[in-house]
Amino acid sequence: MTLASPQPDIAVIGGGNAALCAAITAAEAGARVLILEAAPKPYRGGNSRHTRNFRCMHRGPLGPLTDSYTEEEYLADLMKVTGGKTDEGLARLAIRSSEECLPWMEAHGVRFQPSLSGTLSLARTNAFFLGGGKGLVNAYYRTAEALGVQVEYEAAVTHLEIHDDRVTHIDYTQNGETRRISPKSVVVASGGFQADTDWLARAWGPAAKNFLIRGTPYNRGVVLADLLEQKVEQVGDPTQCHAVAIDGRAPKFDGGIVTRLDCVPFSIVVNKNGERFYDEGEDVWPKRYAIWGRLVAAQPDQVGYVIIDAKSLELFMPSVFPPIKADTLEDLATKMGLPPAVLAETVAEFNAACGDTSGFHPTELDGVSTTGITPPKTNWARPITEPPFYGYSLRTGVTFTYLGLKVDERAQCSIGNRPVSNLWAAGETMAGSILGQGYLAGFGMTIGTVFGRIAGKEAAAHAN
Amino acid sequence: MQTEFLEEARRQAEICNACRYCEGYCSVFPALHAERAFSDGDLTQLANLCHNCRGCYYACQYTAPHEFALNLPQALANVRQDSWEEFAFPRAAGQAFQKSGLRIALATVLGFALLIWAMLSLASAGGEGFYAVLAHNTMVAIFLPAFLFPLLSLAISLRRYWRAVGAGPLRFSDLRGGFAAAANMRNLNGGHGDGCNFEDEDRFSQGRRFAHQAVMYGFLLCFAATSVATLMHYLLDLRAPYPLWSLPKLLGLSGGLLLTLGCIEMIRLKLRADPELGASGATSGEFGFVALLGFVGLSGLALYGLGQTPLMPAMLALHLGAVLAFFLLTPFSKMAHGFYRLAALTADAQKKREVAR
Ligand SMILES: Cc1cc2nc3c(=O)[nH]c(=O)nc-3n(C[C@H](O)[C@H](O)[C@H](O)COP(=O)(O)OP(=O)(O)OC[C@H]3O[C@@H](n4cnc5c(N)ncnc54)[C@H](O)[C@@H]3O)c2cc1C
Ligand code: SF4
Ligand code: SF4
Repeated sequence: MTLASPQPDIAVIGGGNAALCAAITAAEAGARVLILEAAPKPYRGGNSRHTRNFRCMHRGPLGPLTDSYTEEEYLADLMKVTGGKTDEGLARLAIRSSEECLPWMEAHGVRFQPSLSGTLSLARTNAFFLGGGKGLVNAYYRTAEALGVQVEYEAAVTHLEIHDDRVTHIDYTQNGETRRISPKSVVVASGGFQADTDWLARAWGPAAKNFLIRGTPYNRGVVLADLLEQKVEQVGDPTQCHAVAIDGRAPKFDGGIVTRLDCVPFSIVVNKNGERFYDEGEDVWPKRYAIWGRLVAAQPDQVGYVIIDAKSLELFMPSVFPPIKADTLEDLATKMGLPPAVLAETVAEFNAACGDTSGFHPTELDGVSTTGITPPKTNWARPITEPPFYGYSLRTGVTFTYLGLKVDERAQCSIGNRPVSNLWAAGETMAGSILGQGYLAGFGMTIGTVFGRIAGKEAAAHAN
Repeated sequence: MQTEFLEEARRQAEICNACRYCEGYCSVFPALHAERAFSDGDLTQLANLCHNCRGCYYACQYTAPHEFALNLPQALANVRQDSWEEFAFPRAAGQAFQKSGLRIALATVLGFALLIWAMLSLASAGGEGFYAVLAHNTMVAIFLPAFLFPLLSLAISLRRYWRAVGAGPLRFSDLRGGFAAAANMRNLNGGHGDGCNFEDEDRFSQGRRFAHQAVMYGFLLCFAATSVATLMHYLLDLRAPYPLWSLPKLLGLSGGLLLTLGCIEMIRLKLRADPELGASGATSGEFGFVALLGFVGLSGLALYGLGQTPLMPAMLALHLGAVLAFFLLTPFSKMAHGFYRLAALTADAQKKREVAR
């Protein structure tokens, strides 16, 4: 055990968006700040480096955002996705503060771009980072280092010792050594536990071993588990995670955004037995996108297979892996490891149930549906007839977990009803305090930015 | 063209097309997003739209050690470099220069300098100033072909380029679009006005943009100085040497300074930049070119400074040798990139017009 020196005023655990917002804010308040980031430098930035946008309230045009997006509308959108499972006070705080975040982000080096061609519907509500989340993370590291923030990479925190409502010291490992520091204030911003598949499997059952993790392999919930064990107040449900259906060939970790598949509405989806199991035309992106993660997770071996034909190939965003292609359905089935006869039968049955397709409209709910089969396809139901045929495999891709640390409006953690006097949490690790279930695009970065800044400010005030 | 370069660029372009995070950085990405599959010609066009600012590399979540191992600046630089070799006329000259540009530049300069030196010593021309050592007509006889050959060569190359990328008949509005994009150097500002990531990892800076600007305007000023002097010579019968407050001198001096300093800064930036993000095996060609260009400027300034001393004939030979080498090597050196970029931007403008229709 070595004592790291010099001792910082504030230790920030994690190196993603929330951690950086906290570190910058604390350093600007005059504190000596140390960031402990588990990942090596090329992988710094956690899940934040995979993000693309930030959801922001605004009363008039603001930066890249058009029109206005009011607190009430934002809250209503959040209520819709969470089914009311949210702490309204904290939610309003996050929403209201998001408006001042955008100029703050710009002032600290983040650059935004005009909204992407494919996602115009988000131009009003979401600001897109130029170069994506890694660009944002890079800008924050530059800013933080210019403010004197010290960054340690490959520094994985293993334990926070809590005595009498106070964190007395932190242990972390680096270069095979265990080091101990005793900062005055501690900010935890180390994300969720989704990269620990054993933990996922304990919560979800063994099926979770087949899940792919869309983000960083470093968010293993080590600090979260350590704090929960010491009775720090928890929030959220361990069995809940945000999962989407992604390309089954994606890497186990860190596949990020490119592994998403947008072709489901124009397809039929079968399981490994060649049978359909859900209405592929239920809703438009992004709602549909999110439900399919769970649907696939419930199928044998946690896999699904999307089947489309030539006429649908160009209707969705290009995907990172080319589709599997064959001239007949039987060949396609063989190539994909599906029973050929069953697949042909399933497609024939589906095709027979399709009716008038003249109203087909790829970008809206068009009501072009099947009759007489279960499950039905309620929109975009066109027979799969035109060779070549294409297929993609689907797996469940976990975005984040909901179990986390409960915080108050000052981002402070507590044990029972008493605050831990020098412990704050920000970002995904406390997002469950606001987001009980569901997900609102761009809200993760909002929570991280808002609560990162609050945590940084409070931690600095405590240290001074 | 080398298929492994094209394959690698295609693989990476497909990943970018599924990601699209870098859309705002430069004109490569909007052009890329317009396709679903990439032909060799598409990749050549994308590669020539890229100016290696490296913004997309540092912003990419898929760079090595990630298994996708994205390095788009290098993938495009390799295709670009390769395309220049492919389109060069004569082809062998292009290949040679990419491989050993520094040596070729040096050898050419010295060769020409010796040649001119020999001519100087053989004939005393009986003029004034420089013309006392080299007759004006001799100079024209040497430089006119050296000026016309590169133009012809470049014209052939650009025609090859135009065909390879599958661009249609040229319209005036396309040209206007291409020149407009080139003139305001829109792409050099990084899409956000902070510049590029050339010298110090992910830090944005205007360094390369300013250095590039200095080189370009320095070159244009020198070119203008020569042109003005030629006009004065033929139309007004005003012969060199010109006084300090004359147009050729003012243009030449300011241009020479800008050119020399710009090239020095370019070399400094290149030395600081990560070579892994540029074309593999083209370092010699790139340094050779910048060094040659800088030497044209520097020897011009030296000639001016030493014009009244016994060193003048030697300096004259060196400077003229450098200028001659520069012109003759233009189609094969990095100088050609300006022409290809203009062609790429023009083809891009044409594509946009067709899409808009
Ligand atoms: C593919 C993908 C796309 C997404 N797109 C968006 C989007 O567009 N908009 C949006 O708002 N949200 C998006 N999200 C969600 C978003 O990524 C998160 O909400 C947000 O990044 C959380 O930020 P954070 O700082 O809390 O955590 P992270 O950015 O994940 O940072 C956690 C950090 O903690 C470090 N760490 C973990 N354990 C330890 C330890 N023991 N010791 C030291 N350090 C440790 C990690 O290395 C990491 O750097 C996306 C998520 C994914 C996976
Ligand atoms: S360079 Fe990387 S971040 Fe940028 S578009 Fe390509 S894959 Fe995406
Ligand atoms: S290196 Fe710069 S110019 Fe080239 S593709 Fe990337 S962002 Fe565009």
